[in-house]
Amino acid sequence: MMETRRDGYKNIVLHSSGHYLRKVATGLISLFSGMGVTVRYFINPSRIITQQYPENRASLQMMDRFRGHVMMIHDENDQHRCTGCGICEKACPNGTISVLTTKDLTGRKVLGRYIYRLSQCSLCNLCTESCPFGAIAMARDFELAEYDRQLLTFVLNKTQGGI
Amino acid sequence: MNQLPTNTIYPVHNFVGDMVRHHFPAAAGYANGFLTLVSLLLFVALLPVLLIWLERKVCAHFQARLGPMRVGYHGLLQSTADGLKLLFKEVLMPKGADKFVFFLAPILPASASFLVMTILPFDHHLQVADPAGGVIYILGISGLSVLGILLAGWASNNKYSLLGAMRSGAQMISFEISLALIMLLIVMVTGTASLREIVLSQQGTVLDWWIFKLPVLGLVAFMMYMISSTAEINRGPFDISEAESELTGGFATEYSGISFAMFFFAEFVNMFVSAGIATTFFLGGFLAPQIGIGAIDAAFNFIPGFIWFFCKTFLVIFLYMWFRWTFPRVRVDQLMYLEWKMLLPANIALLMVAGFFLAMGWTL
Repeated sequence: MMETRRDGYKNIVLHSSGHYLRKVATGLISLFSGMGVTVRYFINPSRIITQQYPENRASLQMMDRFRGHVMMIHDENDQHRCTGCGICEKACPNGTISVLTTKDLTGRKVLGRYIYRLSQCSLCNLCTESCPFGAIAMARDFELAEYDRQLLTFVLNKTQGGI
Repeated sequence: MNQLPTNTIYPVHNFVGDMVRHHFPAAAGYANGFLTLVSLLLFVALLPVLLIWLERKVCAHFQARLGPMRVGYHGLLQSTADGLKLLFKEVLMPKGADKFVFFLAPILPASASFLVMTILPFDHHLQVADPAGGVIYILGISGLSVLGILLAGWASNNKYSLLGAMRSGAQMISFEISLALIMLLIVMVTGTASLREIVLSQQGTVLDWWIFKLPVLGLVAFMMYMISSTAEINRGPFDISEAESELTGGFATEYSGISFAMFFFAEFVNMFVSAGIATTFFLGGFLAPQIGIGAIDAAFNFIPGFIWFFCKTFLVIFLYMWFRWTFPRVRVDQLMYLEWKMLLPANIALLMVAGFFLAMGWTL
């Protein structure tokens, strides 16, 4: 009887001390691996992502996925791919875009003026997502403030017509 | 093991003190006391400014940021500017607050850290006082900062403050136990409670510092000291008393202006004091690291002791910052579990094993 009880106590002590030591060991390993992660950031100044903005205006590179204002993509001959279909105008939740069409010499409906009102735009990207021809894109400019509201309405296409 | 010099001189014998004693023998006692207080006050006032800047820069670089860059070279004057701003801000008191206690509370942690600073051995002859029971003095005085935090939470008449203060009180009282047991370990192995003599007991090479001198146990004790002192100075991952996201700042919620600045400064001076005590106990205090190579040892000995003290202390401070900006905050129950079920048994076991080691003479 005494012998079994003593064995029971022994087992309890062994079990709990093993649990304790395992807990300490795993805890320390995870803490040290966490410290390793942070110190790698600390000793690698090249991984710093902060931009010293007004000072580095000349060399500042915006990220690829940054969404500035809407722009129309033009090739070297100032030709764009817009057909004037108006899907972007329908996709826009704010009424930012007005696609004004006209007719060319053969009587085909082509783009006349692509009106874009930055003052109403929420830069949501729905127009470029919906464009079937890839004619418009979001620019990477971000210094867009003006003193006059009129200056925030643009005509995006450089030439009439298109493909 | 004991290499204590037989003539343990009273520490205040440095260049300035001796000069004053030489020129004004009659008033030297008062003049020297005054000079010590002024220099310590200046140090305590300027140290947090540096430490706050350091904290912000270190934190930023751990998070792949730059930190303050605009005010002064790499933002060096940023915390000075912040401190000046806090000085000129209005001190508000919430309705129904206990006025006397509300304004008394920030003074206690600040004065506690100042008082502990008086017995830190910065160099051979750069220590304001060296009481024989220095370790007990540290333990007693650091209780004042718990009191200040509890009073601040109580006097603010705000439930968040009270909750933060109660958490903080529970935390600091719990972790003071394991801190005291680790200090007891050092007192046991050195055979003295005076900080200066604890440093002097580590003379020799680097391996004679207490972190290495007791094989393995010293390192374990150092790690346990780091854990419990991080909790004692209320820094992350144990900053549950401030816990911005849960308690809107804890005990300091209702404080503004200079009262808030005193809490904030006391926190950073406390960090320095804890790091200084770690240096004194485990890293050889003001002693130069000796590695057993003649030329390098001589060069290291040439550098004054207080520079070594500050180097080691700032290394420990960097460790504290590393902890803070790596580990996530623990819950209150996890904190209590850590102290009462993990650290305290380990402490008692450590004390017993260290006693056994001493009895067998197993020191380096």
